[in-house]
Amino acid sequence: MREIKYEDIVKAVKDHIIYSGTNLPKDALAALNKAYDEEESPVCKEVLKQLLENADIASSEARPLCQDTGLAVFFVKVGEDLKVVGGTLKDAINEGTAKGYEEGYFRASTCVWNTRENLKDKIGYNLPAIVHFDLVAGDGLEIEYAAKGGGSENVSRATVLPPAAGRDGIISFVKEVISNAGPNPCPPIIVGVGIGGTFENAAISSKHALFRTVGTTNKDAVLNDMEGELMTKINNLGIGAMGMGGRETALAVHIEANPCHIASLPVSVNVQCHSSRHTSFKL
Amino acid sequence: MSKTYHLTAPLSDEDTIQLKAGDIVYLSGIIYTARDTAHKKLIDLMDEGKELPFDVKGSVIYFVGPTPPKPGDPIGSAGPTTSYRMDSYSPRLINEMGQKGMIGKGKRNQEVIDACVKSKAIYFGATGGAGALLARQIKSAEVIAYPELGPEAIRRLEVVDFPLTVVNDTYGDDLYKIGRAKYEIAD
Repeated sequence: MREIKYEDIVKAVKDHIIYSGTNLPKDALAALNKAYDEEESPVCKEVLKQLLENADIASSEARPLCQDTGLAVFFVKVGEDLKVVGGTLKDAINEGTAKGYEEGYFRASTCVWNTRENLKDKIGYNLPAIVHFDLVAGDGLEIEYAAKGGGSENVSRATVLPPAAGRDGIISFVKEVISNAGPNPCPPIIVGVGIGGTFENAAISSKHALFRTVGTTNKDAVLNDMEGELMTKINNLGIGAMGMGGRETALAVHIEANPCHIASLPVSVNVQCHSSRHTSFKL
Repeated sequence: MSKTYHLTAPLSDEDTIQLKAGDIVYLSGIIYTARDTAHKKLIDLMDEGKELPFDVKGSVIYFVGPTPPKPGDPIGSAGPTTSYRMDSYSPRLINEMGQKGMIGKGKRNQEVIDACVKSKAIYFGATGGAGALLARQIKSAEVIAYPELGPEAIRRLEVVDFPLTVVNDTYGDDLYKIGRAKYEIAD
């Protein structure tokens, strides 16, 4: 049994949140640079130039990349032989989130669903964090974190297709979601697709797909092929950076698939804006 | 071919009617911030026949909820939020109160596009996710109404050369449709 201190988790979470809210990760930055180089549309090229300048300013002056510093989303793998001393793991993640958001001068964006009252004085600064736990063998602790903005979340969709819809049905659903979203999710976007499992599995997989490093290949040949086809189809929509008309609409398409019920084919599309603030760390 | 303009807010009809979807505008002067809740409060005041917290005639309203300012700064990161959430409010502010400009990102509905034509107003797009860059063009910020709304309070901003693109002009054109049609490739 390995022991880990509550305060150490709080500090690590806080530090990673502040860093990733002000420093665009290398994969997203490289993808934006590539989009800038390849974009033919002058209006969109100017937008991409502004985004690259923005990343420079945010990093050098330690300012939030975007005013929508998002909800804090975590995927956590906890070893069965790990013991947190001094509090619970979930509390530590929440405390680290509140401290990171407040001390980084990030925005508190959580509110009550109906009254829309901000929760910062009720529950804590930008709390609650959204935390997905997975219990694994060993004594490790692996935390994946992303700041998820509202604009791209608002265009995300899930459905359950009939199994006969198959591969082509999935591709046309994803394309339709992105086409309808148009300029709203702050393109160029990263498209997370979750296939299979139950209804909620598909949605969670589509979220987790957004955490994958942009520029990596899907190890599953079938999914890799679908990602390539979707990239072409999405970029052919002509939406472009901020929807002003251009070639570079998606920076990446990432798909995760799960076994599913013989009667169903759940599909979920979770969209990530160009400000893909994500990181992972082990403690 | 798109043109570039330097304009000062508040705006007049003369300012707005020269602009075409796709034009670049560097905006200076005084603008106001408001998001969903602040818009609802403005409309409620109109319904009650009460005075609004700022002079809407000729005004430009920026849809933004900034991050808290760091010590010594006028404002935190301040990029646009998605504008469709203001679609049910903007036409009345434009048609009845004389608002001339909106700054945001993303599609507007037909009622907003029609109001832009009818009352000669412009919907400008700013670059979403460029909050640190755009904040540099904001020289001062003062909360003038609804401080209890925090980031959603109404602020009076002084901006210099704030970079914008005309999305919806006074002729009913929509850059999102025009631009996309130009680059769309059929399957």
